Amino acid sequence: MKKLENYRRGLIDGIPIALGYFAVSFTLGIRGGDVGLKWYQSALMSALNYTSAGQAASLSILEEGGSYVEQIISTLVINLRYLLMSAALTIKLSPKEKTGKRMLMGIGVTDEIFGIAIAQNTPLDPMYNVGAMSVACPGWVLGTALGGIMGEILPSVVTSSLSIALYAMFLAIIIPPARENMVVAALVVISMVLSFLFTRIPFLSGISTGMKVIILTVALSALAAYFFPIEEDESIKEAEA
Amino acid sequence: MNDSYIYISIILMAVVTYLIRVVPLLVLRKPIKSRFFRSFLYYAPYVTLSVLTFPAILYSTGSFVSALAGSVVALVSAFLRLGLPITAAAGCVTALILQLVL
Repeated sequence: MKKLENYRRGLIDGIPIALGYFAVSFTLGIRGGDVGLKWYQSALMSALNYTSAGQAASLSILEEGGSYVEQIISTLVINLRYLLMSAALTIKLSPKEKTGKRMLMGIGVTDEIFGIAIAQNTPLDPMYNVGAMSVACPGWVLGTALGGIMGEILPSVVTSSLSIALYAMFLAIIIPPARENMVVAALVVISMVLSFLFTRIPFLSGISTGMKVIILTVALSALAAYFFPIEEDESIKEAEA
Repeated sequence: MNDSYIYISIILMAVVTYLIRVVPLLVLRKPIKSRFFRSFLYYAPYVTLSVLTFPAILYSTGSFVSALAGSVVALVSAFLRLGLPITAAAGCVTALILQLVL
Protein backbone atom coordinates (compact mmCIF):
# COMPACT_ATOMS: atom_id res chain seq x y z
CA MET A 1 0.00 0.00 0.00
CA LYS A 2 1.16 3.51 -0.86
CA LYS A 3 0.52 4.91 2.65
CA LEU A 4 2.56 2.16 4.28
CA GLU A 5 5.38 2.62 1.78
CA ASN A 6 5.53 6.36 2.51
CA TYR A 7 5.47 5.70 6.24
CA ARG A 8 8.35 3.24 5.85
CA ARG A 9 10.43 5.69 3.82
CA GLY A 10 9.89 8.35 6.48
CA LEU A 11 10.91 5.89 9.17
CA ILE A 12 14.18 5.10 7.43
CA ASP A 13 14.98 8.76 6.75
CA GLY A 14 14.20 9.46 10.39
CA ILE A 15 16.83 7.11 11.80
CA PRO A 16 19.84 9.44 11.45
CA ILE A 17 17.68 12.25 12.82
CA ALA A 18 16.80 10.12 15.84
CA LEU A 19 20.49 9.51 16.59
CA GLY A 20 21.24 13.24 16.46
CA TYR A 21 18.22 13.97 18.63
CA PHE A 22 19.34 11.44 21.20
CA ALA A 23 22.66 13.24 21.66
CA VAL A 24 21.17 16.73 21.88
CA SER A 25 18.29 15.77 24.15
CA PHE A 26 20.65 13.88 26.46
CA THR A 27 22.26 17.25 27.27
CA LEU A 28 18.82 18.77 27.83
CA GLY A 29 18.12 15.98 30.34
CA ILE A 30 21.34 16.83 32.18
CA ARG A 31 20.44 20.52 32.16
CA GLY A 32 16.95 19.71 33.42
CA GLY A 33 18.50 17.91 36.37
CA ASP A 34 20.72 20.95 37.14
CA VAL A 35 17.65 23.16 37.17
CA GLY A 36 15.84 20.82 39.57
CA LEU A 37 13.59 18.75 37.35
CA LYS A 38 13.18 15.01 37.86
CA TRP A 39 14.20 12.91 34.84
CA TYR A 40 10.57 12.14 34.00
CA GLN A 41 9.66 15.83 34.11
CA SER A 42 12.42 16.66 31.63
CA ALA A 43 11.28 13.73 29.49
CA LEU A 44 7.68 14.99 29.60
CA MET A 45 8.83 18.43 28.46
CA SER A 46 10.62 16.77 25.55
CA ALA A 47 7.65 14.55 24.69
CA LEU A 48 5.39 17.59 24.42
CA ASN A 49 7.74 20.03 22.70
CA TYR A 50 10.58 18.91 20.38
CA THR A 51 12.47 22.22 20.37
CA SER A 52 16.00 22.42 21.77
CA ALA A 53 16.34 26.21 21.99
CA GLY A 54 12.78 26.56 23.29
CA GLN A 55 13.29 23.93 25.97
CA ALA A 56 16.69 25.32 26.98
CA ALA A 57 15.16 28.78 27.43
CA SER A 58 12.23 27.30 29.33
CA LEU A 59 14.60 25.53 31.72
CA SER A 60 16.46 28.80 32.38
CA ILE A 61 13.15 30.51 33.14
CA LEU A 62 12.15 27.67 35.50
CA GLU A 63 15.55 27.94 37.21
CA GLU A 64 14.89 31.60 38.03
CA GLY A 65 11.26 31.00 38.97
CA GLY A 66 10.05 33.14 36.08
CA SER A 67 6.39 33.80 35.33
CA TYR A 68 4.06 31.83 33.08
CA VAL A 69 3.72 34.89 30.83
CA GLU A 70 7.48 34.88 30.37
CA GLN A 71 7.36 31.18 29.45
CA ILE A 72 4.64 31.82 26.88
CA ILE A 73 6.28 34.83 25.20
CA SER A 74 9.72 33.24 25.16
CA THR A 75 8.33 30.04 23.62
CA LEU A 76 6.41 32.06 21.06
CA VAL A 77 9.41 34.13 19.98
CA ILE A 78 11.89 31.26 19.89
CA ASN A 79 9.58 28.83 18.07
CA LEU A 80 8.02 31.28 15.65
CA ARG A 81 10.12 29.90 12.82
CA TYR A 82 8.04 26.72 12.87
CA LEU A 83 5.18 28.87 11.61
CA LEU A 84 7.17 29.45 8.45
CA MET A 85 7.98 25.76 8.09
CA SER A 86 4.39 24.64 8.55
CA ALA A 87 3.29 27.29 6.06
CA ALA A 88 5.77 25.88 3.55
CA LEU A 89 4.65 22.30 4.24
CA THR A 90 0.93 23.01 3.95
CA ILE A 91 1.23 24.01 0.30
CA LYS A 92 2.93 20.70 -0.42
CA LEU A 93 -0.07 18.77 0.91
CA SER A 94 -3.05 17.76 -1.15
CA PRO A 95 -5.86 20.28 -0.43
CA LYS A 96 -8.05 17.28 0.35
CA GLU A 97 -5.74 16.04 3.12
CA LYS A 98 -7.72 15.27 6.28
CA THR A 99 -7.60 17.48 9.39
CA GLY A 100 -6.57 14.55 11.58
CA LYS A 101 -3.41 13.86 9.62
CA ARG A 102 -2.56 17.56 9.46
CA MET A 103 -2.86 17.74 13.24
CA LEU A 104 -0.73 14.63 13.67
CA MET A 105 2.11 15.82 11.45
CA GLY A 106 1.98 19.22 13.17
CA ILE A 107 3.41 17.67 16.34
CA GLY A 108 6.71 16.98 14.60
CA VAL A 109 7.48 20.06 12.53
CA THR A 110 11.12 20.38 13.61
CA ASP A 111 14.03 21.81 11.64
CA GLU A 112 15.24 18.34 10.66
CA ILE A 113 11.92 16.73 9.81
CA PHE A 114 10.94 19.84 7.88
CA GLY A 115 14.23 19.50 6.02
CA ILE A 116 13.56 15.96 4.79
CA ALA A 117 9.84 16.53 4.16
CA ILE A 118 10.31 19.64 2.04
CA ALA A 119 12.61 17.61 -0.23
CA GLN A 120 9.79 15.13 -1.02
CA ASN A 121 7.65 15.25 -4.14
CA THR A 122 4.38 17.18 -4.11
CA PRO A 123 1.81 16.20 -2.95
CA LEU A 124 3.51 15.25 0.29
CA ASP A 125 1.95 12.33 2.13
CA PRO A 126 1.71 13.21 5.87
CA MET A 127 2.46 9.54 6.55
CA TYR A 128 6.04 10.24 5.46
CA ASN A 129 6.35 12.81 8.27
CA VAL A 130 4.62 10.47 10.69
CA GLY A 131 7.12 7.75 9.77
CA ALA A 132 10.07 10.04 10.51
CA MET A 133 8.42 11.22 13.72
CA SER A 134 7.81 7.67 14.93
CA VAL A 135 11.56 7.13 15.25
CA ALA A 136 12.87 10.69 15.77
CA CYS A 137 10.44 11.63 18.56
CA PRO A 138 11.19 8.57 20.74
CA GLY A 139 14.89 9.35 20.23
CA TRP A 140 14.32 12.86 21.57
CA VAL A 141 12.35 11.67 24.61
CA LEU A 142 14.63 8.71 25.46
CA GLY A 143 17.73 10.90 25.19
CA THR A 144 16.23 13.40 27.63
CA ALA A 145 15.16 10.67 30.06
CA LEU A 146 18.58 9.03 29.98
CA GLY A 147 20.35 12.40 30.43
CA GLY A 148 18.14 13.11 33.42
CA ILE A 149 18.73 9.68 34.96
CA MET A 150 22.51 9.92 34.43
CA GLY A 151 22.46 13.33 36.10
CA GLU A 152 20.78 11.77 39.13
CA ILE A 153 23.09 8.77 39.55
CA LEU A 154 26.57 9.90 38.39
CA PRO A 155 29.01 11.56 40.84
CA SER A 156 28.73 15.35 40.94
CA VAL A 157 32.16 15.98 39.41
CA VAL A 158 30.98 14.12 36.30
CA THR A 159 27.53 15.73 36.07
CA SER A 160 28.96 19.21 36.57
CA SER A 161 31.31 18.50 33.64
CA LEU A 162 28.41 17.20 31.52
CA SER A 163 26.55 20.44 32.18
CA ILE A 164 28.69 22.24 29.62
CA ALA A 165 27.49 19.86 26.88
CA LEU A 166 24.30 21.75 26.00
CA TYR A 167 26.19 25.00 25.45
CA ALA A 168 28.91 23.21 23.49
CA MET A 169 26.15 21.82 21.23
CA PHE A 170 24.80 25.32 20.72
CA LEU A 171 28.28 26.50 19.70
CA ALA A 172 28.45 23.61 17.22
CA ILE A 173 25.15 24.83 15.75
CA ILE A 174 25.91 28.56 15.47
CA ILE A 175 29.64 28.74 14.73
CA PRO A 176 29.86 26.85 11.38
CA PRO A 177 27.19 29.05 9.68
CA ALA A 178 28.92 32.09 11.19
CA ARG A 179 32.04 31.13 9.24
CA GLU A 180 30.07 31.28 6.00
CA ASN A 181 27.94 34.35 6.63
CA MET A 182 29.34 37.63 7.97
CA VAL A 183 25.94 38.87 9.11
CA VAL A 184 25.40 35.72 11.18
CA ALA A 185 28.95 36.03 12.56
CA ALA A 186 28.36 39.63 13.61
CA LEU A 187 24.99 38.71 15.07
CA VAL A 188 26.51 35.92 17.18
CA VAL A 189 29.24 38.19 18.57
CA ILE A 190 26.90 41.13 19.25
CA SER A 191 24.33 38.81 20.88
CA MET A 192 26.93 37.34 23.22
CA VAL A 193 28.40 40.73 24.14
CA LEU A 194 24.97 42.21 24.88
CA SER A 195 23.93 39.09 26.77
CA PHE A 196 27.03 39.49 28.92
CA LEU A 197 26.40 43.21 29.46
CA PHE A 198 22.83 42.44 30.55
CA THR A 199 24.30 40.49 33.47
CA ARG A 200 26.79 43.22 34.38
CA ILE A 201 25.09 46.60 33.97
CA PRO A 202 23.27 47.40 37.24
CA PHE A 203 20.09 48.68 35.59
CA LEU A 204 19.82 45.63 33.30
CA SER A 205 21.07 42.89 35.58
CA GLY A 206 17.67 42.60 37.26
CA ILE A 207 16.16 41.41 33.98
CA SER A 208 15.50 37.67 33.91
CA THR A 209 17.06 35.32 31.38
CA GLY A 210 13.70 34.77 29.69
CA MET A 211 13.12 38.50 29.17
CA LYS A 212 16.72 38.94 28.01
CA VAL A 213 16.24 36.24 25.38
CA ILE A 214 12.96 37.79 24.24
CA ILE A 215 14.25 41.39 24.05
CA LEU A 216 17.52 40.56 22.32
CA THR A 217 16.04 38.03 19.89
CA VAL A 218 13.29 40.40 18.73
CA ALA A 219 15.48 43.52 18.58
CA LEU A 220 18.61 42.07 16.97
CA SER A 221 16.81 39.77 14.50
CA ALA A 222 14.58 42.65 13.40
CA LEU A 223 17.59 44.93 12.86
CA ALA A 224 19.45 42.24 10.93
CA ALA A 225 16.35 41.46 8.85
CA TYR A 226 15.83 45.14 8.07
CA PHE A 227 19.40 45.95 7.07
CA PHE A 228 20.43 42.55 5.67
CA PRO A 229 17.34 40.79 4.27
CA ILE A 230 18.11 37.24 3.13
CA GLU A 231 17.99 36.18 -0.50
CA GLU A 232 14.67 34.73 -1.62
CA ASP A 233 16.10 31.26 -2.19
CA GLU A 234 17.87 31.07 1.15
CA SER A 235 16.02 28.37 3.00
CA ILE A 236 15.27 28.12 6.69
CA LYS A 237 18.21 26.77 8.53
CA GLU A 238 18.00 23.09 9.23
CA ALA A 239 20.75 22.63 11.74
CA GLU A 240 18.86 22.34 14.98
CA ALA A 241 15.72 21.01 16.54
CA MET B 1 10.61 24.15 42.91
CA ASN B 2 7.06 22.88 43.25
CA ASP B 3 5.65 20.33 40.85
CA SER B 4 2.57 22.25 39.74
CA TYR B 5 4.78 25.18 38.66
CA ILE B 6 6.86 22.79 36.55
CA TYR B 7 3.89 20.97 35.00
CA ILE B 8 1.91 24.13 34.24
CA SER B 9 4.99 25.66 32.58
CA ILE B 10 5.52 22.54 30.47
CA ILE B 11 1.89 22.46 29.37
CA LEU B 12 1.74 26.18 28.51
CA MET B 13 4.90 25.80 26.49
CA ALA B 14 3.58 22.72 24.72
CA VAL B 15 0.32 24.46 23.77
CA VAL B 16 2.12 27.51 22.34
CA THR B 17 4.61 25.37 20.41
CA TYR B 18 1.90 23.10 19.00
CA LEU B 19 -0.32 26.00 17.93
CA ILE B 20 2.59 27.61 16.07
CA ARG B 21 3.15 24.35 14.22
CA VAL B 22 -0.40 23.26 13.54
CA VAL B 23 -2.32 26.45 12.74
CA PRO B 24 -0.60 27.06 9.38
CA LEU B 25 -1.21 23.40 8.44
CA LEU B 26 -4.92 23.84 9.13
CA VAL B 27 -5.66 27.33 7.83
CA LEU B 28 -2.97 28.54 5.43
CA ARG B 29 -3.28 27.82 1.74
CA LYS B 30 -0.32 29.86 0.49
CA PRO B 31 3.30 30.42 1.58
CA ILE B 32 4.45 33.33 3.75
CA LYS B 33 6.06 35.78 1.33
CA SER B 34 7.21 38.70 3.49
CA ARG B 35 10.94 39.02 3.00
CA PHE B 36 11.35 40.87 6.29
CA PHE B 37 9.49 38.17 8.23
CA ARG B 38 11.44 35.38 6.53
CA SER B 39 14.73 37.16 7.26
CA PHE B 40 13.69 37.78 10.87
CA LEU B 41 12.97 34.08 11.36
CA TYR B 42 16.21 33.13 9.65
CA TYR B 43 18.31 35.22 12.05
CA ALA B 44 16.34 34.66 15.27
CA PRO B 45 17.73 31.22 16.25
CA TYR B 46 21.31 32.50 16.08
CA VAL B 47 20.51 35.33 18.48
CA THR B 48 18.57 33.08 20.87
CA LEU B 49 21.25 30.39 21.01
CA SER B 50 24.05 32.97 21.40
CA VAL B 51 22.24 34.69 24.27
CA LEU B 52 21.51 31.38 25.98
CA THR B 53 25.10 30.18 25.57
CA PHE B 54 27.05 33.20 26.72
CA PRO B 55 27.90 33.96 29.48
CA ALA B 56 26.01 30.93 30.91
CA ILE B 57 28.62 28.51 29.53
CA LEU B 58 31.24 30.08 31.82
CA TYR B 59 29.24 29.12 34.92
CA SER B 60 28.02 25.74 33.66
CA THR B 61 30.51 23.48 35.43
CA GLY B 62 31.79 23.21 38.98
CA SER B 63 34.51 25.83 38.55
CA PHE B 64 35.16 28.87 36.37
CA VAL B 65 38.55 27.58 35.15
CA SER B 66 37.17 24.20 34.00
CA ALA B 67 34.23 25.92 32.30
CA LEU B 68 36.51 28.39 30.54
CA ALA B 69 38.78 25.60 29.29
CA GLY B 70 35.80 23.52 28.16
CA SER B 71 34.36 26.57 26.38
CA VAL B 72 37.57 27.26 24.49
CA VAL B 73 37.91 23.62 23.40
CA ALA B 74 34.23 23.49 22.33
CA LEU B 75 34.63 26.75 20.42
CA VAL B 76 37.63 25.41 18.52
CA SER B 77 35.82 22.13 17.79
CA ALA B 78 32.76 24.02 16.54
CA PHE B 79 34.94 26.26 14.39
CA LEU B 80 36.58 23.18 12.85
CA ARG B 81 33.09 21.82 12.09
CA LEU B 82 33.67 18.62 14.06
CA GLY B 83 29.95 18.21 14.62
CA LEU B 84 27.60 18.29 17.60
CA PRO B 85 28.47 15.06 19.45
CA ILE B 86 32.24 15.52 19.22
CA THR B 87 32.05 19.19 20.22
CA ALA B 88 29.89 18.36 23.23
CA ALA B 89 32.13 15.47 24.28
CA ALA B 90 35.31 17.53 23.88
CA GLY B 91 33.91 20.29 26.08
CA CYS B 92 32.81 17.81 28.77
CA VAL B 93 36.06 15.84 28.85
CA THR B 94 38.13 19.02 29.08
CA ALA B 95 36.01 20.32 31.95
CA LEU B 96 36.15 16.95 33.71
CA ILE B 97 39.93 16.65 33.46
CA LEU B 98 40.44 20.15 34.84
CA GLN B 99 38.03 19.53 37.70
CA LEU B 100 39.85 16.32 38.60
CA VAL B 101 43.33 17.88 38.33
CA LEU B 102 42.73 21.19 40.07
